[in-house]
Amino acid sequence: MGTNGAPTKITQGSQTKGGIGESTLRPDGTLKVTGEFAYSSDMWHEDMLWGQILRSTVAHAEIVSIDTSEALATPGVYAVMTYDDLPTDVKNYGLEIQDTPVLAHGKVRHHGEPVAIVAADHPETARRAAAKIKVEYRELPVITDEASATAPDAVLVHEDRTDHHIGHVPHPNVVHRQPIVRGDVTEAAKKADVIVRGEYCFGMQDQAFLGPESGLAVPSEDGGVELYVATQWLHSDLRQIAPVLGLPPEKVRMTLAGVGGAFGGREDLSMQIHACLLALRTGKPVKIVYNRFESFFGHVHRHPAKLYYEHGATRDGKLTHVKCRIVLDGGAYASASPAVVGNASSLGIGPYVVDDVDIEAIALYTNNPPCGAMRGFGAVQACFAYEAQMDKVAKELGMDPVEFRQLNAMEQGTIMPTGQPVDSPAPVAELLRRVKAMPMPPERQWESSEGADVRQLPGGLSNTTHGEGVVRGVGYAVGIKNVGFSEGFDDYSTAKVRMEVIAGEPVATVHTAMAEVGQGGVTVHAQIARTELGVTQVTIHPADTQVGSAGSTSASRQTYVTGGAVKNACELVREKVLETGRRKFGSYHPAWATAELLLEGGKVVTDAGEVLADLVDVLGEEAVEVEEEWRHRPTEPFDLRTGQGNGHVQYSFAAHRAVVEVDTELGLVKVIELACAQDVGKALNPLSVLGQIQGGTTQGLGIAVMEEIVVDPKTAKVKNPSFTDYLIPTILDTPTIPVDVLELADEHAPYGLRGIGEAPTLSSTPAVLAAIRNATGLELNRTPVRPEHLTGT
Amino acid sequence: MRVNFTVNGRPQEADDVWEGESLLYVLRERLGLPGSKNACEQGECGSCTVRLDGVPVCSCLVAAGQVEGREVVTVEGLADYARQRSCGTGACGTSPDEARRWQAKGTDSGTGQSGAFPHATLSPIQQAFIDAGAVQCGFCTPGLLVAADEMLERNPNPTDADIREALSGNLCRCTGYEKIMDAVRLAAARQSEGV
Repeated sequence: MGTNGAPTKITQGSQTKGGIGESTLRPDGTLKVTGEFAYSSDMWHEDMLWGQILRSTVAHAEIVSIDTSEALATPGVYAVMTYDDLPTDVKNYGLEIQDTPVLAHGKVRHHGEPVAIVAADHPETARRAAAKIKVEYRELPVITDEASATAPDAVLVHEDRTDHHIGHVPHPNVVHRQPIVRGDVTEAAKKADVIVRGEYCFGMQDQAFLGPESGLAVPSEDGGVELYVATQWLHSDLRQIAPVLGLPPEKVRMTLAGVGGAFGGREDLSMQIHACLLALRTGKPVKIVYNRFESFFGHVHRHPAKLYYEHGATRDGKLTHVKCRIVLDGGAYASASPAVVGNASSLGIGPYVVDDVDIEAIALYTNNPPCGAMRGFGAVQACFAYEAQMDKVAKELGMDPVEFRQLNAMEQGTIMPTGQPVDSPAPVAELLRRVKAMPMPPERQWESSEGADVRQLPGGLSNTTHGEGVVRGVGYAVGIKNVGFSEGFDDYSTAKVRMEVIAGEPVATVHTAMAEVGQGGVTVHAQIARTELGVTQVTIHPADTQVGSAGSTSASRQTYVTGGAVKNACELVREKVLETGRRKFGSYHPAWATAELLLEGGKVVTDAGEVLADLVDVLGEEAVEVEEEWRHRPTEPFDLRTGQGNGHVQYSFAAHRAVVEVDTELGLVKVIELACAQDVGKALNPLSVLGQIQGGTTQGLGIAVMEEIVVDPKTAKVKNPSFTDYLIPTILDTPTIPVDVLELADEHAPYGLRGIGEAPTLSSTPAVLAAIRNATGLELNRTPVRPEHLTGT
Repeated sequence: MRVNFTVNGRPQEADDVWEGESLLYVLRERLGLPGSKNACEQGECGSCTVRLDGVPVCSCLVAAGQVEGREVVTVEGLADYARQRSCGTGACGTSPDEARRWQAKGTDSGTGQSGAFPHATLSPIQQAFIDAGAVQCGFCTPGLLVAADEMLERNPNPTDADIREALSGNLCRCTGYEKIMDAVRLAAARQSEGV
């Protein structure tokens, strides 16, 4: 790891083996390598049925009629349900705005919208029965972009909006608008020696988690239901599911099943309500597993965006002002669009000092696929554009692009466009310096003693070049991401920690509702418990709704917030254990009353290291248990006119250097190396930190050169819902990713840590684009870059 | 229809198999072996990779009827398979004949987190994936393990380019592949050191 900056304050001795700062191994690792880890699609129940969803074949239409009779008559089918079968008045759900129908009512608004559900005794029977449902559509004109959405005579995607954004949006087909205005851009522009404008286009990216949406709903004897499911936030699901079923929340018992990745795509509900409805209707357990085709329709995607920027700078390289307008396509339902708008606008100019800004971000309602959360959440699209602009301005000024960025880099104390001061380290210039200082991969790296290894060249085993026409390019980018839920959201988490003696040894049990989606939160929770409670044995209780909410596994927030909750609960347990110790043994040694006491190696010790008692003796038969909510510093909403407000909890920074080689004749790109430098505050588990940075970097690579959901602009239908046509990086497409980790503590955060999961996904994409521009001299204002953009064919 | 085949050294019989079912479906839903994963069911992601008569295949693309009378190794049997293989080379005095008749030991549900095969250690590639941090969500892991184990069997000292080529049919969305590369290098190094 990199050098340490400010020392990290640790409240309790950190000597216990397996505590924070060590690369302890995953507690679920063995189960995952032996194939025994139970993912949501592995759930099985005797006598279970299979659920299937019938989805709309058109993007925008009135439903004239639905005929389920033939499907119902199919042998093996137990139930077919449509909107008319929903049991209560609550027929919609949604993260913030409840605008998403559980099953379509009278109208479908996007390709692949759920219309009916079927339960049968074999998945193929269910699929065939669903295909026998006859739906008659009367097609409506499709809204596909800003022009068609905001035309005076535009069809409204949602006719009767009552949500709290409708009052401040310019058109009912705009979900939310957030302007951010600071200083006076008109005046500031007069000081500019150069002004650079650009229009950028960001494609629709899919999370492409490998574990498909799936789960098992089991009806229980009390009329409730047990749901085993892969999600990012159990309690958010519960809040949306229970009212539709007409059940009190305590009768919907949710347990987290194994989650095969998430990346934002499991923030919204998918099959949860459908499985519960079918289970309650049939009285039998119902399992639903999407295949990959359906998965492309079954979750929201990353917002595609159009971005318009104007940057001004003085001859000596200081930014004078930035104007920008970011138009995000939210698709048919709101999902997380309002919060994505908040991020895109508030982080819209990047990690730079600019006093005069005029920013506007909007999200549209269209008939395109719904878009919502994906790793980077609004900050990704903005970073792609502002970093392209920074290169353009540097070029215009004849400056080195890294030096130009460093000259304008924000630091601790910088005021954000929202007026919020950055009150923890912001080592933007330092990260750029570090990533630039990393050794470069050798020139003509494909050459070996046996000639050219085509596997190292653009085109790979297609054997399209042995180096002819191949040009190298290098590009840099840096980004800023907020950590945690912003804009005044009550972003708390809950942890229950128990300590007791089991088989002669003190054991801590950590119980949270945190969704482990692969990130390694379970590893870190055990480390925190060891550090705080001085025990070796830690049991991680399965995540469920029998404990308070942990909030979402998103926004790079879980190690900060649920980690903070676990730390806090451990501290409270420690206090109780020490009280018990004082009561039992206080009279034997004066240090019980006078010294600062720690739990270390299964013992109570003084800060001088003297052992006072064994935890086994202190606890005896007693179990100490605490369940407590924990909150980070509160945030404020952004003003709806000016965007001013202390809206964010913490910021996270990463910088990338991309080295690419481009076959300029065929337009093929090979990324040779993607180096990253990131400040993580404190690496609680260094191995997991690297995994997050390298994984996030690779998702950024994907949207740079290959990944895009292609939606037909005439029909709003998805054209490539498969891994055959939607390409994500393979191990051959992915370069080495050297990482330099900086640890500058944020004094406001537990252990000084910084949320890390998203920042590397931001700067990776613009760095690759910059490198391709460097190699080809082309402008390249859209991502992903395709061969035809490079060859002009 | 009924399908008879061998899975992880044990004869298996699957009844009432519908002709359209894949080997993956039969393993997961009829034989209680969900280790092989269902990430795409299109033959694109490699998460369902198993060995069919020794050859790595996407089990989602193999019709169940095609495996009649044949031998399948899944991630659940990988540890025993690797152990029998090393024994088969004479390393632990087992005859090749015995190695051919190897069988996976049953799982013990009472062992909790410590894992499934109380009588078997993990295979070198499984241990290396854990040690190198190559497992995050883990959904791609079973397929990668089967593919990587097969490559190391053929090519005990692979170059990085060899590893990338051999694993190019296995998608991973979490790791960026760096730790997977580390894991395969580690397994190869341990194997050559005889650890």
